Amino acid sequence: MSFLRLLARNRLALAGLVVMVLVVILALITPLLPLADPNVTNTGDRFQRPLTEGALLGTDHLGRDLLSRLLHGTRLSLAVGVAAAVIAATLGAAIGIIAGFYGGRTDNIIMRGVDMLMAFPYILLALAIVAALGPGLLNALIAVAAVNIPFFARNIRGVTVGIAHKEFVDAARLSGMGDLRIIATEVLPNVIPVIVIAMSTTVGWMILETAGLSFLGLGSQPPVADLGSMLGEARSALITNPHTSIVPGAMILIIVMAINLLGDGVRDALDPRLKSGALNRPMPTTLVDREGAVPQPQEDGALLSIDGLKTEFHVKNRHYKAVGGVTLAVRPGECLGIIGESGSGKSVTALSVMGLVASPPGVITGGAVHFEGQDLVGAPYAHLRRMRGDRVAYIFQDPLATLHPLYTVGDQLIEAVQSHHATSKSEARAHAIALLKSVRIPNAESRIKSYPHEMSGGMRQRVGIAMALANDPDVIIADEPTTALDVTVQAQILSLLDDLRRDRGLAIVFITHDFGVVAQLCDRVAVMYAGRIVEDGPTEAILNAPSHPYTSRLMACVPELGAGRRELAAIPGLPPVVDCLPEGCAFADRCHKVQDACRRGAIELVDNGPGRTVRCIDPEPVKEAAQ
Amino acid sequence: MAGYILKRLLSAIPVLLGISIIVFLIMAMIPGDPATAILGSYATPENVEKLNRDLGLDKPLVQRYFIWLGNMLQGDFGRSFSLNRPVIDEVLERFNGTLVLAGTSFVICSFLGVAAGVVSAARQYGLADKLITFVVLLGISIPSFFLGMMMILIFAVNLQWFPVSGMWPIYGDRDFAALISHLTLPALALATVATGVIARLSRSAMLEVLRQDFIRTARAKGVHERGVIWRHALRAAMVSIIPVLGIQAGFVLSGAVYIEIVFQWPGVGRMLVDAILTRDILLVQGGVVFVAACYVMFNIAVDVAQSLLDPRIKT
Repeated sequence: MSFLRLLARNRLALAGLVVMVLVVILALITPLLPLADPNVTNTGDRFQRPLTEGALLGTDHLGRDLLSRLLHGTRLSLAVGVAAAVIAATLGAAIGIIAGFYGGRTDNIIMRGVDMLMAFPYILLALAIVAALGPGLLNALIAVAAVNIPFFARNIRGVTVGIAHKEFVDAARLSGMGDLRIIATEVLPNVIPVIVIAMSTTVGWMILETAGLSFLGLGSQPPVADLGSMLGEARSALITNPHTSIVPGAMILIIVMAINLLGDGVRDALDPRLKSGALNRPMPTTLVDREGAVPQPQEDGALLSIDGLKTEFHVKNRHYKAVGGVTLAVRPGECLGIIGESGSGKSVTALSVMGLVASPPGVITGGAVHFEGQDLVGAPYAHLRRMRGDRVAYIFQDPLATLHPLYTVGDQLIEAVQSHHATSKSEARAHAIALLKSVRIPNAESRIKSYPHEMSGGMRQRVGIAMALANDPDVIIADEPTTALDVTVQAQILSLLDDLRRDRGLAIVFITHDFGVVAQLCDRVAVMYAGRIVEDGPTEAILNAPSHPYTSRLMACVPELGAGRRELAAIPGLPPVVDCLPEGCAFADRCHKVQDACRRGAIELVDNGPGRTVRCIDPEPVKEAAQ
Repeated sequence: MAGYILKRLLSAIPVLLGISIIVFLIMAMIPGDPATAILGSYATPENVEKLNRDLGLDKPLVQRYFIWLGNMLQGDFGRSFSLNRPVIDEVLERFNGTLVLAGTSFVICSFLGVAAGVVSAARQYGLADKLITFVVLLGISIPSFFLGMMMILIFAVNLQWFPVSGMWPIYGDRDFAALISHLTLPALALATVATGVIARLSRSAMLEVLRQDFIRTARAKGVHERGVIWRHALRAAMVSIIPVLGIQAGFVLSGAVYIEIVFQWPGVGRMLVDAILTRDILLVQGGVVFVAACYVMFNIAVDVAQSLLDPRIKT
């Protein structure tokens, strides 16, 4: 039902459906209509123009009524096209099911044959079959059906292979059912929807192809005419009497277009990716739709400050508040850690800085991002682009997915340089080699010609870092850069980042879910939960004495080496869904100290010792825990 | 790379053999015997028998296939009775014409289709996207022979911008300009459907790629959006577009038959239709095998192009 509703929402598909229904009804009732005999010639009245008396669409070269011939031709063309589709679908499905169900050698032999047939240029094979059988509508039908069998066979085989290994088929086999019964009762019902979809998308083709063969004089033979042969016969009078060509040609166009519209609608309605918006193109920058005043930077001397940032994902009518008012700042040479579970909004916060959140569906709905005092949210694309990679650079999590698979790492590094500096290719190349050396990649001169898939994970991440360093940025935002790496490589990458920070005075925003990494690298740390910061302060202070119950629970999740059989405490429950956040504390449902007050009204970040803030009405006492 | 090409060429041998078997079997289905078709229904039984013997039709099917195959490998495709000349000569001559037409169309539909798809994806749901989507829908729905006829009517007869038909002027020089003016309409008519199909596929391939992480990386490093679309996204999308180009080449090559009829173009397709109508079986057989073999070779070239584009493919 929802499928039909979806189809109805697609206005073009609906239009196609309406046109198709009209054409089919017209074709069905043609014999009942008061029309002239389509095959009676009257050479005295040949080539009458349309709208003459007694012939609404005029007459053809033999004086036959065009309207009558058109409707009878449509009837014939539709019948032949649909029949060809049904035959091709039935035989193709049978072959595909047998190949897919039995597999092994049967499958191999059948699919080899299908591949051979598919190696032919399509219409050529149809021509060869018609050549053997001789011209005629029935033979054209057979030819068109035959050349389409491989298409169905291949599609259905793929689906059947998937089904043939499902548990319910094994169960049926164990219960002693014969192959034929299993195919009929278990496989076929699952395959039929695929057959129907494949038919709906190909029936237009088949009508077109049979019309084509008739047009060539190889299909329907005079005096009976389908749309194709009408067009073929009218061709000799194209210049003198174009209406005899336009009438059948336009009809084919209308039919095929209606079927295509309908087929597209069916396909779209069934494609889950279209529904979820997974086929939307992300725009060059994140959409900005800010409500309220633009906040001023909260800290003096900050290089990059994020102030009350709100980023949402708008999917249909739902608004997922991925980032719900985050304020952070980082000074030159400082390393700020952002820590939280997956889905806490830390990556979205980071991507919002340079407008890299995919939109649709992402929208920045509030707050500001100040770089050297200048607001970047809603800045023109040209300005943002100049900043990206040049002043603020990113390092991403999985370097296999984040590096372009089809360019060498050298080309990608050179491009990073040349996007911001007009340097010659050879200079940029020398710079790229120097960059690879600076991230301690051995044999940089030869490595520059490698593709990402030819490198190890650690090497790829070094390339990612080298790319971030290419233009000597002021800030590097590292989004879980070590998560995909094993522990020893992770340690190397971390010490590399730490050295770079000290040598170059880089500010680093380091996103992670790993307290060990935070302890090693970060001066300050912010803990995020459900799109907000729940605790913020100097790393040492927070690690020694977490104030927010969430922070302490999160830390309790980390196993400690040599700590004996300490109990690992997973946090019970799941983070809240961010499209309908509860009033009050988002962590309340999972908190062991929850009180009624937690669920009443918003809870603000409050000062909690030197340089520390916490969003909790009953934080763990700082001094006590520190001892 | 040379090894890879050799490997692909070797793997084409079974396909070519399969094609020859399929064509041979189809032609063997013909009811009645070719000798009667050649000599007409008034031929004496002695003459029919003699011709059958000359054509080798009295031998068993398998033996006939190998004789036919052996002859073909030596370049002997038999003799066309309707044209009274060797099949291979006629096919080669006509294939030239088809190659000019289909080759031009293929270049047009590849560039136009990919460009339209990329623009459409880059401007998803924008005006350009809607316009392209509509034109593409029209393009894939219109029969090429009807489109060709309408083009003749509008651009050749009414506006007189281009000649009505043929490959060369009847009088006058056979120079490049003459060829272009004769080629324009049929090449465009032939390219229309394929352009539409390629544009659609390119659009969805681009949309798929534009979601990928490496696109975000390109943007994060400050690559201009033009570079993101045309250099990063298109390069990656080409990996799935190129196989479709290969398939569409087959449609263009065989779809040329309609256009050759409409525009009186001297090509292999028109030759085949004439041969079918005169039941010149050897000519049909030779023409189909030859064109199919060329298409197989073209697809190998596509595979090689693919491996050049994608370093992850092991060569």
